Parts: sequence; structure tokens; C-alpha cells
Amino acid sequence: MNSLILGVATRLLVALMLVFSVYMLLRGHNEPGGGFIGGLLAGVGFVLYTIAQGPTAARKALRVDPGTIAMTGLGIALLAGVLAALDGDPFFTGQWLFLGASEGDKGLPISTVLLFDIGVYLVVVGSVLTLVLALEEEV
Amino acid sequence: MESVLALLIGLMVAASVYLMLARNVLRFLFGLVLLSNAANLTIFVSGRLTAAMPPLVPKGMTEPVGVVANALPQALVLTAIVIGFGLFAFALVLVYRGYLALGTLDSDAMRHAEPAPQSGGQKAQAKAEGEAS
Amino acid sequence: MNSPNLHPDRRESAPGGKPPASSGVLGWLSVLPPAALTIAFLFYLPAISAGEVLRVAYDWVPSLDIRLSFLLDGLSLTFALLISGIGAFIALYSSVYLAGHTHFGRFVFYLLFFMVAMLGLVLADNLITLFVFWELTTVASYLLIGFDHAGAKARRSALQALLLTGAGGLALLAGLILLGFAAGSFELSEILTQGDAIRAHTLYLPILILILLGAFTKSAQVPFHFWLPNAMAAPTPVSAYLHSATMVKAGIYLLARMHPALSGTEVWIWTLTIFGAVTAVTASVIALRQTDLKLSLAYTTVMALGTLTMFLGAEATVAVAAALTFLVVHSFYKASLFMVIGIIDYRTGTREAEKLGGLAKAMPITAAAAAAAALSMAGFPPFLGFIGKELKYEGALAIASEPLFVASAAVLANALMVAVAGIVALRPFYGRRLETPKAPREAPLRMWIGPVTLAALGLTFGLMPGLIADSLVQPAVTAILGRPEEVKLALWHGINVPLMLSLLTFALGVTFYFFHLRLRGMLSWVEARLPTTGDRSWDAILDGLKSLAAVQTRLLQGGVLRRYLFVTFASMALVLAATFVVTDALRLSFDWSQPLLKHWAVVVLIGAGALMTAVVTSRLAAICALGVVGVGVAMLFVMFGAPDVAITQLLVETLVVVLVAVVMLRLPSLQQEAGPRFRRLDAVLALGVGGVVSAILLSVVSGPMDRRITGYFEDTSVPEAFGRNIVNVILVDFRALDTFGEVAVVVVAALGAYALIRGTKRSRPQPEERS
Repeated sequence: MNSLILGVATRLLVALMLVFSVYMLLRGHNEPGGGFIGGLLAGVGFVLYTIAQGPTAARKALRVDPGTIAMTGLGIALLAGVLAALDGDPFFTGQWLFLGASEGDKGLPISTVLLFDIGVYLVVVGSVLTLVLALEEEV
Repeated sequence: MESVLALLIGLMVAASVYLMLARNVLRFLFGLVLLSNAANLTIFVSGRLTAAMPPLVPKGMTEPVGVVANALPQALVLTAIVIGFGLFAFALVLVYRGYLALGTLDSDAMRHAEPAPQSGGQKAQAKAEGEAS
Repeated sequence: MNSPNLHPDRRESAPGGKPPASSGVLGWLSVLPPAALTIAFLFYLPAISAGEVLRVAYDWVPSLDIRLSFLLDGLSLTFALLISGIGAFIALYSSVYLAGHTHFGRFVFYLLFFMVAMLGLVLADNLITLFVFWELTTVASYLLIGFDHAGAKARRSALQALLLTGAGGLALLAGLILLGFAAGSFELSEILTQGDAIRAHTLYLPILILILLGAFTKSAQVPFHFWLPNAMAAPTPVSAYLHSATMVKAGIYLLARMHPALSGTEVWIWTLTIFGAVTAVTASVIALRQTDLKLSLAYTTVMALGTLTMFLGAEATVAVAAALTFLVVHSFYKASLFMVIGIIDYRTGTREAEKLGGLAKAMPITAAAAAAAALSMAGFPPFLGFIGKELKYEGALAIASEPLFVASAAVLANALMVAVAGIVALRPFYGRRLETPKAPREAPLRMWIGPVTLAALGLTFGLMPGLIADSLVQPAVTAILGRPEEVKLALWHGINVPLMLSLLTFALGVTFYFFHLRLRGMLSWVEARLPTTGDRSWDAILDGLKSLAAVQTRLLQGGVLRRYLFVTFASMALVLAATFVVTDALRLSFDWSQPLLKHWAVVVLIGAGALMTAVVTSRLAAICALGVVGVGVAMLFVMFGAPDVAITQLLVETLVVVLVAVVMLRLPSLQQEAGPRFRRLDAVLALGVGGVVSAILLSVVSGPMDRRITGYFEDTSVPEAFGRNIVNVILVDFRALDTFGEVAVVVVAALGAYALIRGTKRSRPQPEERS
């Protein structure tokens, strides 16, 4: 697709969507959002880029094979479950660490739950792009 | 509202069944999308409807204030949507691949794995196989 | 049923008729387990003789009252000794008979597997454990009978045995489960003490019929007898083992074991007596008619099984003692005669009765063993067979219900046995020397030691019946009857009716023997004119099953996708509707009050979109209509407090449109389709399915809502999972394992689609080439 307007607009739009997708992912535990929504958003962003610039350019911009991204995500999600098991809790029990917590202030929460959501995010991005890129290249 | 949606879901299911019984596999795909929408709505409605109160806990509270929408069906539907997408994508690629290999979208003529016992679809099958080879 | 004179069960001997020297270490190793077991069981003999009953139990599936429990009493021990003892001789014998066979290792495995299964069966104290071992013997016998898997006959016979005894096994399982419920326990040792309660139970008749079906198929009673002679396709050592002490005796064991629980009713007595008598007489007549020695012996096995069944029908101590003694006698002489025939076959190259004669000079030891075994079989004194036969007659006369019927059946069958014993064991060895394919020589020690020992045991126990009377027979009879019994075995009972019957038997038997050629001609004449035999009916049944399957496949799986879907949807609608009717669950209460105008607008939008997707002929219009539905559903999610779901739905909707648009470029338009525009039948079914779904949902929402799970999530989301978005907390914390499975599914779907796109590229024809 050779449209100058689309080409220029997507560069900005895709970057914005990617940033927004990470924002959606991170806020997901407390506000609407999360790994599924973030992953879909990032996927749609890259799909837009693919439509505008072609699959080859999209693969270049992605740097990593989408299949690898999906499998990495699955691995990270599994790791989140295993970490709980290593701690002696049942598989997939959330493990929390509050960095710099003090009286009245929760500090920065780090958890296996977040790790799991990041895994979901990567799985969704990877799967969507595996499909779309392959189809785009094929047709 | 639940009653209305129950009837609406019935209508959606009827439309999707009608589509899925068509000979053209593309229509079957449309039916599939419609059916997964209907299924998602079914789960959502069986958890009852609560207008405009998302299942969020306000900041600083430990419990949601007042009656909020049922969170459980929402969680189920959310993953169902994503999985439905995966299923649809797979089916779409299958249809596409089937068309390239057999040269037809008519499911009656797709006799590669199960050749027709007698006449009937034999002509179409011979045609499909001739094109495939 | 004359088997051609082939020897598929053995590899060709080395050139020059030189037998292979040995089967190596494995041959010797295979003897060890049965020999060791025999010795181990012998150590239990004193305790069991003293009337003890030993039990061991391990929990297996405690919740279902299934335990891996074992029981050793007189009955089990008798069987266990026969199984392991004869097994040792068979293993030794096979190490020569099958020496050098490519699959000898496999054979040893099958044989030992079979032995273990059989031992488990006779030692089991739990109904389910018993059944599991019962089925294992079926599987093992399938492997053994079909050992020569290259031959079509062996395969057919193996499958026949498997299907027939397997079907009986299913009936048995049902019977055992019913019995377990009727008795309130699955432990045999408890069930056997509740005979009166079981006999009075309303389920008694079904239990009896099902268990008898299992026992009769396994122990080859008429009309299920035909699989056993066919099982002769197995190598001769296997036949010797299966027919003497093991497989076919499993059914007899079951009848004996269940005796305290089920026997004594009119049905039990009559069924067992009549089936047993008919089987015994029929089989002995057919045995006379065979020319193949092995087949002839096979039918005498059926005859023995019939006799045993007939006697187990009785309550009288002496009848049961007769059955048990005969069981031991039969195991001894049958195993040794089979091994003798194997030796004849091995050394002469044939086992056709008409081609054999005068072998005694060349094979003196084998001839002696054969003679001893045959005399025991014919029931001549002073062999154990004589005691067995005398006991049988005494038992027959003691059977209260029908002594004359049982006695005449026994006399007739025994007389025929005398004749068959002569044909099988005397004719080949004495008389005129006939030319055989190979020059006969004496068999090696490892082959004749088995038959000689077993035949000698028949003589020893005949001379000194006290050796087994107190130690084995009496405890076993006690176990069968469930009450302490006194059993005396003796050679000389004085001049009484049984002795007269014995004399009559010998006279009849000798007559049969001398006229057997003429009788055989007559029987062949009759057999050729029979409308059908069990074996032929079996083929007819199998053919019928196959054509039924073909018809059903054509009907249900014609390869037309639309028809599959039609059947699926129609059955779904019917089953659901029927459930509504049966359970009276339909609740239709409409509530029109709540919806606002904006709700109605969205509902109408979705409905119109769905209808349009179904009817338009333009692809683009259909995709747009689908998009409308998708967005409409997303709006519903927004309106009813599900922002997460709504966002997901919108994003997925976007991706669907992108994918469809990409693929559509390469697919033809919808206009070119075949068939009618409007499909009336499909529309009716569609409305039916839609109506049922609506009805279900209306009934569901009119009922009360259980919000306990949701309530738990709402209460604990912040305090325990530190998240304020409850939906997300459910997804990534409470139900993370589910979510993990779901994302794995997404990955698999994506990889599958990817493989479809990429993986088939090379094999696929280029579209350009097709035009």
C-alpha cells in the first residue's frame, strides 16, 4: 500500500500505540487494561505498520521473530507460576515484593502476577503477529 | 433486559446455524464468528447485568462500593474472546489453504479425504482432484 | 475342521533333520520363574492342608472399594500349583520345541505374562482384581494363539478367542459389579459368606446369568465351544498349557469360586447340569470324528470342561470332590498328551492319525509317557484317572435332582474318552509301522521329562491317593462348598454301582475304539449336512457387524460437512428440548421494564446485523454486517460495566477485519455458489436451535443468582491480591492456571495457522500452474 499520508501517520501512531499498550499493561491490575488488552493493542499497532510499510519492514522493525516472542511470553508466564512453587506455595500463587515500603506507603510493588501479565502480553503480541505477518507475506 | 438479550442471542444463534449449514465455507466462517459472539454474550448475560458499574475497587478501599457488575463472567468472556480470535484465524487460514489446494469453497465438493461413495459429488471430486494434482 | 498338515508353529528344522541344539540361556531362564513359584507354593501346602486361609491386601482404589487383595485357600493353591508346575514343564519343553525361533524371546515373555495373569486370577480376593487378571489372561492368550502372526489362520483364531472371551469378560464385569453391590462388598472372602443373602437378592438372576456368560465363554461350553479347537493354531506347548491347567480352566475356577455364593438354586443346578452334559457329550462325539491328533485332543478338553461344569452344578460333596479330582487328573494327562503329540509332530513331521503307527520302537520313552497318560485319561486302574472316574460316577448318582441324566451323560462321554485315548496315544505308537515325512527318533530329555513326570504323577497319586486327598482335594472342596468337608480318595471302593458303570464304560469305549473308523465316516457324513456350525455362524456374525458398520458409516459419515453439522445441531436441539420436557425446567418470564432506549437501539443493531450476515450475497456486506454485530456487542459490554471486555472485543474485531480483508483478496466472491438461494430446512433447524438457546437462557436468568464466587473475589481482590481491577485479578492471580492454559491455546492456534501457511508451501501447486 503506497499512501504517503498513511505512511507518515503510522510512524507516529504506531509509536504512540506501543507506548499506550505498555501503559495499559502496567495499569491493568488496578484500572481497566492488562496483558490481553495491552497485547492486542500492540498487535494492532504493528498490524497497522505492516499495512502501511509491508511485512518485510514490519519484521525488520520487530527485530525478533514473532513466534519467538510468543514462546518467550509463554515461558515467562510459566516462570511466574514456577516461582510460586519454588517458594513452597501452590503453583501460580502470587508472590509480592514491595520495594521501599514504609508506614503508610506501599512502595513499588513487584510481583509474579505482573510477570505473568507481561507473559500474557508477549504471547498475545507474538501470536497475532505470527498470524498476520505470515498471511500478509503469503497473499 | 436479560430477557431481551436472551431473545437476541437466540436470533444470533439461529443466524449463525443457518450460515454454518451453507455449502460455502466462507459463510461457515461468518457463522463461526457470529456464534462466538453469541456464546460470549450468553456467558455475560448468565452472570446477570448491572448497568454502568464496572467491577473496580475505588482507591483506598478494600471492597467495591455498592453493587458492581459480576466480575467472574467478564474474566471468562475476556479470554474467550481472545481464544475465539485464535480459532477464527486458524479456520480462516484453513479455508484459504483449502481453496488453494482444492480450487473450491464448496464444502460438498471438498472430497479429498472422503471420496463420494457413488455418483453425486463424484464429478466435483474428480474436478477438485484434477486441479489439485 | 481338518487342519492341513502344516506346522506353522515351528520354524523349519535345520537341513538334514538335525534339531537345533539349544535355545540358549533364555530357554533355561524361562524355566526359573515357574519352578521357583511352584516351590514357593509347595511351602504353603502344610498350612493350607491344615485348613488355614491366607490373605494379603493392598489398597488400590480405596474410594471404590477396589483392593489389590489376594487369597490363598485350598482351591487357589490347587490351581496355583497346577499353573506354575505345569508352566515349568511347558517352559522347559518350549526351549527345545521353539529353539532358534526368531521370536523365542517374545514367546517366553508371552508365556510368563500369561502365567502371571493366570496366577493373579486364581489368587485374587477382590472382584475387580479378579476381573483385571481375567482380562489379562484374555490378552495374553490372544498373543499366544496368534504367536505365528504371519499365518491368517492363527490371526483369525486369536481374534476369535479374544472377541469371544472378551465379550464374555464384559458380561462378567457387569455381573461382578452387580454382585459387589448385592453383597455390599467387593472382597470375595466376605461375599462368599453371604450366600443366602445373595441368593435371595432381587438381582440374583441377572448376576448369575452375567457371571455364567463369562465362565461359559472362557471355558468353551456349547454353544461357545468353537474358539477352543481353533486356538490350536497356537504352538503346541501353548495348547498344552492353555488346555490343561490354565486359560480354559479359568471359567471352571470362577464357577468353583462362586459356588458358595451362587450355587444351590434351581437355575444354577439346571443351567450347569444341562450345559455341562450337552457340552461333554457333543465334544466327545466331535473328538472321535477328528483325524488331526491335536484337534482330537482339543475336543476332549471341551468334553472335560463340560464334565466339570456338570459336576459343579451339584451340591453333593462327592460330586464336587469328583469335579476337583477330575480337574487335577485332567491337567496331568492333558498336558502330557499334548506334549507327546508335539513330540510326535516334531520328530515325524505329521500329526495325522491315519499316517502314524508303530512309533513305540523309535521313541520308547515318549510311548511310555503316552500310554500312562492315556490310561489315566481312559480311567483304567491304578491311575488317578480311575479314581476320578469312580468318583464321577459316585457323584453323578449322588446328585439328587437328575442322577440318571448325569450318569448316562458321564458314561457316554467317558466311553468316548476311552476310544479317543486309544486313538491318540495307542495307535501312533503300536501296530504297523507307517512311513512318516521324517524318520522318528527319541525326543531330547527336556521334551520328554514333562510328559513323563506328569504321567508318573498320575500313576503315583492313583496308587497313593492319600497324598493329595488330605493336602489338596479336601481343602479345595471345603473352599468350593464353603463348609468343612471330609473327602476320602481310594482305588478300591468295593463292588458297587460306580464299578459296574466303569466296566460298562470300558466295554463301550473299547467297542467305540474298534469301530472308530466307521463311526468317523458316519460323523463326517452328518457334519457335512449340518445347517451350520458355531464357527460358520461366527463368521456370519462378524460379516453382519462389518456391513452394519459400513451402512452406519455411509449414513452418518458420508463425507458431506453440511450433513455432519446438520446432524450435530439437530441432535443438540433435540436433546436439550427433551431435557426441558423431562426435567420440567422451562421457566419463561419476560421482563420488559428495564431496557432503555439506548439498550433497544443496540439490540436492534445487533439483530439486524446478524440477520443481514445470514442473507446477503455480497461478501463485503456480510463482513460489514459482522462488524456491526461485533461493535454492538462491545457496546453492550460498555453499557453493562465491562470496560475490559469491551476494549478486548473492539481490538479483536479490528484484527478480524484485517485478517478477513487480507484473505478475501484471494478468494472468489459468494455469488458463484451452487444450490438454492434460500434453504428452507436449514432455516427451520436454525430457528429451532436458536429457540432452544433462548429458552435455556430465559430459564437461567429467571432463577436465583449464586454470587458466592464473585463475592469471594470482590472481598479478597484488594486485601489478598493487591489489585483493584477485579477482572484482571481473576485473570492473572485467582485463576492464573486457567489463563496460562488459554494463552497456550492461543500460541498453538497461531503456530498451527502459521504451519498451514508456510509448511505446505512446497507440496502445494502454484496457483498459476492450475489455470
